[in-house]
Amino acid sequence: MGQDSKIRVLVAKPGLDGHERGAHVVAYGLRDEGFEVIYTGLRQTPEQIVSAAVQEDVDVIGLSILSGAHLTLTKKVMAGLKAKGANDILVTVGGVIPEEDKKTLEEMGVGGVFTSGSKIKDIAAFIRTKIGGNA
Amino acid sequence: MEEKLALMIEAAGENSERALAKLISHVEDRKTGWKDIMKTIYAKTGRTCVIGVTGSPGAGKSSLVGEFAKRLGDRGYTIGIIAVDPSSPFSGGAVLGDRIRMRDISTYQNIFIRSMATRGMLGGLCQAARDVVRIMDFAGKDIVIIETVGVGQDEIEVVSAADYVMLVTYPGGGDSVQAIKAGVMEIGDLFVVNKCDREGADIIVSEISAMLDLSTETAAKIPPVIKTSAFTKEGIDELMDILSEFIQKKKKGPHYQKDHVRQEVISILETEMVSIIKERITGNGNMEKELELILSGKSDPYSIADKLMKRFTVIKNVEEKRKGDFQ
Ligand SMILES: Nc1nc2c(ncn2[C@@H]2O[C@H](COP(=O)(O)OP(=O)(O)OP(=O)(O)O)[C@@H](O)[C@H]2O)c(=O)[nH]1
Ligand SMILES: [Mg+2]
Repeated sequence: MGQDSKIRVLVAKPGLDGHERGAHVVAYGLRDEGFEVIYTGLRQTPEQIVSAAVQEDVDVIGLSILSGAHLTLTKKVMAGLKAKGANDILVTVGGVIPEEDKKTLEEMGVGGVFTSGSKIKDIAAFIRTKIGGNA
Repeated sequence: MEEKLALMIEAAGENSERALAKLISHVEDRKTGWKDIMKTIYAKTGRTCVIGVTGSPGAGKSSLVGEFAKRLGDRGYTIGIIAVDPSSPFSGGAVLGDRIRMRDISTYQNIFIRSMATRGMLGGLCQAARDVVRIMDFAGKDIVIIETVGVGQDEIEVVSAADYVMLVTYPGGGDSVQAIKAGVMEIGDLFVVNKCDREGADIIVSEISAMLDLSTETAAKIPPVIKTSAFTKEGIDELMDILSEFIQKKKKGPHYQKDHVRQEVISILETEMVSIIKERITGNGNMEKELELILSGKSDPYSIADKLMKRFTVIKNVEEKRKGDFQ
């Protein structure tokens, strides 16, 4: 048994920018790849993201950030996860991320950074390799 | 039981959100030991009030749940919310978006929200959802709210297992009254016409009331029909009064009712039978040869079904006997 298991992904948009398209494309794209995607909508605070990730017991968090505030926001999310003992969740960041910030994000514990040109198939493959299991 | 599971149960019973979430996943995924978990916690359940919310897609169910859960939360109740959305029949994946409308309460200490996909569980959805309700019950939630889209038979069954069922519709849905007519009316304890900030709500209220008058035997049993708006908050106070009355009543009532228990045993058995059929009778290429017999005109589907059933019973008997020999 246990064949019903699915990879669960939280797609979240922290920060104040109102561009939902990218996050939408990722959410529906990952659904088509067989993932269960929890989509929480615009303008989530780091606290809301952490709380949703814990309650939904997701395997992966995908943060979509276009506002330029990716470093501060991601840092808060990482700290929040740690405080709740949930820092084993794979965190990925997507959006407009300058090359030089990638390393900083990885040092914070981010598992993968995807810039705007990334293909859904590649993101899905990345998640599957990292997590294993169905979907 | 594995020690890891026992510890998870203990922690979930002591208010750990993370343990509660993990426990739900373990049971939802039907991982080894899930049934032991359910057996262990059962005795400590039955005290929660289960409110089912269903109705047409986009009627504002999540918005309403967000609103009344917030108010119940402010009154000090601990609350679990289960929001069920369909899985894609093509990929098996799902986008679960009900949390979007519950943002205000997503960080409430006393509210726990869990999204759940239907996962094409051939009638198994009902049991899986019921199990999740029960885990939240065990974890001490005073109230569990379960939202489903009132489209599929499975989803309707899920809410009908609740103590109290709220049917939500709205003006402009086109089929708003029709949607309720289609076999779900009987399960409603309360009818809500949401989006009453829009035109046409009153007409729908009177249409539903007329329908209920026709189909309900005694006037005392006619469920209330109210209009609400999750935007302007009109009607929400009335909704709260109705819900509070029910919650008080449930607190005094029995934990489990015979009809529910009977239905649950049947539902567990049905789910198991389906998986036995899939795994042991029709699966593993067991019936490929038999299909050929039908195609070549040597047999028919009825005889083959009989034959497979018989073969399965024989195997089962041999297994039982062997087990006996070893004891
Ligand atoms: N005008 C108006 N719009 C509303 C009201 N309640 C919800 N909505 C809107 O209706 C849409 C659907 O609301 P939801 O709360 O997601 O509805 P739902 O029934 O949970 O939808 P599904 O779960 O997708 O079936 C959203 O755009 C809401 O903002 C209301 O009282 N008035
Ligand atoms: Mg909803």
